[in-house]
Amino acid sequence: MKPSVADPEHHIDPTDFAQAAINKSLTPETKIRLLRDMIRIRRFEETAGKHYNAGKMGGFLHRYDGQESIAVGCASLMGAHDHMITAYRNHGHALSVGMSMEECMAELFGRATGCSKGKGGSMHFFAPDKNYWGGHGIVGGQSPLGAGLAYYVKYKGLKGSCMCFMGDGAVNQGAYHESLNLAGLFDLPVIYVIENNGYSMGTSQARSSVYKNCLAYRADGYDIVWDLINGWDLYEVRAKMQIAVQRAHEESRPTVVEINTYRHYGHSVADSKAKVYRPEDEIERFKQQNDPIQLWRNRLMEEGVITEAIYHELDKAAKAEAVASVDFAEASAYPEFEDITKDVYFEVDEFTEAGRTGRHFFND
Amino acid sequence: MPVITYREAIRHALDEELARDENVVILGEEVAQYDGAYKVTQGLWKKWGDKRVVDTPISEAGFIGMGIGASMLGVRPVMELMFWSFAYVAWDQMINNAATIRYMSGGKINCPIVIRGPANGGTNVGATHSHTPENFIANTPGLKVVCPATPYDAKGLMKAAIRDNDPVYVMENTVLYGETGEVPDEEYVIPIGVADVKREGSDISLIAHGRAVITCLKAAEILAEEHGIDCEVVDLRSIRPLDEETIIESVRKTNRALCVEENKPFCGVGAQIASLIQDRCFDDLDGPVGRISAVDAPAIYSPPLEKLQLPYPEQVVQKVLAMV
Ligand SMILES: Cc1ncc(C[n+]2csc(CCOP(=O)(O)OP(=O)(O)O)c2C)c(N)n1
Ligand SMILES: [Mg+2]
Repeated sequence: MKPSVADPEHHIDPTDFAQAAINKSLTPETKIRLLRDMIRIRRFEETAGKHYNAGKMGGFLHRYDGQESIAVGCASLMGAHDHMITAYRNHGHALSVGMSMEECMAELFGRATGCSKGKGGSMHFFAPDKNYWGGHGIVGGQSPLGAGLAYYVKYKGLKGSCMCFMGDGAVNQGAYHESLNLAGLFDLPVIYVIENNGYSMGTSQARSSVYKNCLAYRADGYDIVWDLINGWDLYEVRAKMQIAVQRAHEESRPTVVEINTYRHYGHSVADSKAKVYRPEDEIERFKQQNDPIQLWRNRLMEEGVITEAIYHELDKAAKAEAVASVDFAEASAYPEFEDITKDVYFEVDEFTEAGRTGRHFFND
Repeated sequence: MPVITYREAIRHALDEELARDENVVILGEEVAQYDGAYKVTQGLWKKWGDKRVVDTPISEAGFIGMGIGASMLGVRPVMELMFWSFAYVAWDQMINNAATIRYMSGGKINCPIVIRGPANGGTNVGATHSHTPENFIANTPGLKVVCPATPYDAKGLMKAAIRDNDPVYVMENTVLYGETGEVPDEEYVIPIGVADVKREGSDISLIAHGRAVITCLKAAEILAEEHGIDCEVVDLRSIRPLDEETIIESVRKTNRALCVEENKPFCGVGAQIASLIQDRCFDDLDGPVGRISAVDAPAIYSPPLEKLQLPYPEQVVQKVLAMV
């Protein structure tokens, strides 16, 4: 089986993804919005990182800097019945689907105004009203859930899909392989998106996986169409992902795509060997040459869609929005002690008959 | 006596056992080249090389199961779970295979494996990363579960775990990794199944394991200084096997018992201890057995709230004051 883009029926010129129909139809305003969305993620992460280092948050902070084109490109293809789910490096996805910086920042600060009321933290953002199902801390744990969200779409006869994101390290979890088999067997409209940044924590791809061709190629063994995407080019992300979305919508068939990317910083903000397992010149090279934001900015300048001044305006606005989100977070209250035992059971929270029957909690 | 951290104490145990027995192998995510996510295995890969200290992919069911299989033929794997919370990915291997292989083979096959790593809340990493499954493990015949509270115990118990011919699951604590304590240079092994009275007292027995022991010791100090109440602190050290006699002896002396744990209350370790005490010390008791556990909900992220979700010294103080 060949990658889906090699399939001539899709009429995509692999030397110029800007010419793909899904990209040709982009208005200048939308192109600018995509740029703005990527910049917003970058500024959000930078601001969060600063406040994390100042001790304003607990737990982990897995930054998305460098990978913005993936979440933004994929989210830009979502319609009413397209869903998204991902792992713990999830701030970019959250903002891409339209969650506000305020609710996300407040979550990081552990405040009651956070998207999960301060209960989930950095790894666990959710917005089901925006078809966004999280935010999952256990590597690979979201992959069967992605199949399940697609199961709903199919069950209800909707034209939709579930984009299920994961890292290059997650492909070695059994749950992922079981999910692929289920997706293929049940014709589920799920798209597994492997965000391949080359490393799972301090372990390079070569030290964690055996594979032929690429990681996505494993899908071939499940008779699932796969593709490999250069994640630094927003046009390519959109062009190739659109084929997968179409396949989900029209044939109710799964796809596995592997998107090459790079994270600019450590695995999490606390990564003791961030500059040991990745040579510094490699990090610099990717930052200089493969930054999806700079590449998209240059592209839009070439196209005459933006000027340097517009770029700076977008950047200034994103920075201001991030700073304002911190102000919002800091002005918000923490949850109350009683909140710890709320949101555990629907039936108890809603005072239903079931929730009032038997004892549900076991402290004094 | 040298003062070292809990983390170093475990590392020394691993290092000494690697030297003592060529069948000991350390396996886990980031344990080798990265020196361990929490630096417990720091330097061991450099010293012992690829054969003895092995980085695994993120495949807990696979590599834990592989370790169990290898142990059946005599490899002595010491498997690191970066967090015990990830054990649930490997649950079938740990519960169905490791715990029952000896029984179902009529005693023909042994499983001398150690599975270790941190099992604790309190670091704001959210519900998926804050599980404390010692009660689940202890609920499974065939498994042993150890929860050291101090550097001294961590080292001695780890060595015993590695030498044990049954599966021993060791639950450490990221909050304790940096805590220091005296650990002798000379070799010692602490038998699994022997509790330790960490503080002698006459008014009430505080029975705990893991970090809750440290919480109880702090509470005991406050109670002694500010309220003139003399607490005995019993550190279980292992949950299964359980040193019942030390618990009973303590309660017979103090006539009061409070079980403190960071585990959740339902079928928690304290429930088992309370049952034991009512069974064996009923006539010695001056009041009902008390329990303090984590607040009964998934671990909340919000840092100031998570602090209140787990037992803290002042909470123990208040509970003791209400009991004596
Ligand atoms: C089941 C499980 N095992 C281990 C971990 C610890 N862990 C968190 S992220 C990670 C690396 C994952 O790398 P990858 O899938 O490539 O995603 P990336 O971090 O690069 O986005 C590990 C080992 C975990 N959260 N869950
Ligand atoms: Mg990765």
